[in-house]
Amino acid sequence: MSPIQDHDYRPLLLAGPSLGLRLVVLCAVSIALMVADHRQQYTTVVRGWLSLAAYPFHWAVDAPFSAWESISGSLATRSSLEADNARLAAENRHLKLRLMRFESLEQENRRLREARRGSARVAEKSLVAEILKVDLDPYRQRVLVNRGARDGVFIGQAALDANGIFGQVTRVGPITAEIIMISDPEHAIPVQVNRTGVRTIAVGTGQPGKLVLPYLPRNEDVVVGDLVVSSGLGGVYPPGYPVARVTDVNRDAAEPLLSVGVAPLADLDRDPEVLLVWFDSRIAEPMPEPGAAPATAGAGPAPAVGQPTATPTGPGTSGTPGTPPAQGPTVPQDTVTTADPAAAPPASPAAEAPASPPPAT
Amino acid sequence: MMILLLALSLAATVVPLPTFIEPLRPNFLALTVLWLCLLSVRGTGLTLAWSMGLVLDALHGLLLGQNALALALIAYIALKMRLRIRAFTTLQQSAVVFGLLALNEFVVFWIDGLSGHPVTVWTRWLPVLVGAAFWPLLSGFLSRFAARA
Repeated sequence: MSPIQDHDYRPLLLAGPSLGLRLVVLCAVSIALMVADHRQQYTTVVRGWLSLAAYPFHWAVDAPFSAWESISGSLATRSSLEADNARLAAENRHLKLRLMRFESLEQENRRLREARRGSARVAEKSLVAEILKVDLDPYRQRVLVNRGARDGVFIGQAALDANGIFGQVTRVGPITAEIIMISDPEHAIPVQVNRTGVRTIAVGTGQPGKLVLPYLPRNEDVVVGDLVVSSGLGGVYPPGYPVARVTDVNRDAAEPLLSVGVAPLADLDRDPEVLLVWFDSRIAEPMPEPGAAPATAGAGPAPAVGQPTATPTGPGTSGTPGTPPAQGPTVPQDTVTTADPAAAPPASPAAEAPASPPPAT
Repeated sequence: MMILLLALSLAATVVPLPTFIEPLRPNFLALTVLWLCLLSVRGTGLTLAWSMGLVLDALHGLLLGQNALALALIAYIALKMRLRIRAFTTLQQSAVVFGLLALNEFVVFWIDGLSGHPVTVWTRWLPVLVGAAFWPLLSGFLSRFAARA
């Protein structure tokens, strides 16, 4: 282009460097930024400031929607409130009933874990975070919440909703944080099929309603309707929380692996808020060797004896490989897909153990 | 005035839309930057386009500099074409905008791939088409708006 053209849109006085030069400089700066940002740690400070600067935008976009919700909430009719109230009261009664049992079971569980010298890994503290109603990149399943570093949120923190696991924190700004949902294609969560105890990994697909379990061998025992819970391996998510339910199992004789689709239990695309949890993520050290087998097998004979609480502690504390090893194979120890022998498989029968005693009592 | 315009277009890129329309959302920021570069009385600087791209990256939580680079690139081409585009009909302008938006999207797509999370769904290119179709409306509106202000 001729210099005359260049001068048409630049001030005659105080003309800066030429357009081409500025482009080259800007390109260089952005490439440097991207490289630095790709190696995350270099730009965390810049990101923090930028997220602070972006907050007014997010807030302004979110505000009308929140305001509308609060207005429509305050205009709710008396009858709908009464209906809600009745429903909640019923639900509360039901939950209290279950809680009564839960407390004794939790005690029992803790004793069992102590007997096994495993650490109790349950969510200890939680914080409600509101999801800002802004659309981020449509090709990534991420949301922004109104809690940040000043609330103690940290990278890798697990987020749950009322029905199951939601995702984990990927970025933390001073007052906001970004959460990656379990359905993001870049996200994978270590899970366990609750019925059989098989451990595997659930990978996101990019659709809010679907995850896949791509690493199960073809002969694996998985059926539609199976509950998939977090296994707690990796230390990001607390173990034993519901993740998804199996929706389709495709057994192709030509493929060595199953293709299993699962639907997340958390309302990934409709949640107004999530719970950020703090829990003790220390992985329980693997049991000496046979200690785990008696503990899991112990849950089996317990109802037969009719002393659900006493019997399991027995084998656990003694820790001797007595009769139980014969029952080992009945428990899904042989179907382990991941090589890590950490506390997860024993944890699930322990959590399931409460399910068997009630019929016996 | 210009700041307000850019702020509005930035907000338009994050306003929640129903899920079925969302993949069609044109890149409002790129459209606005193109209008400022091509048709506004005083062509906007490259640096402004670049910094707006940076803000967009921060707003969307993308790799920092991704949209900044793409926007600077198309703003450069738009500024170079500034004098010629006046002679174009609206349809021809739309075609030019289509090309520039496609380039913008391609750069972003490319960087996505390089940084390890490629998004290869074909719907990614729909906003380019929608953006180009949107151009006559937007440029007409903005020109009237600018003439009044």
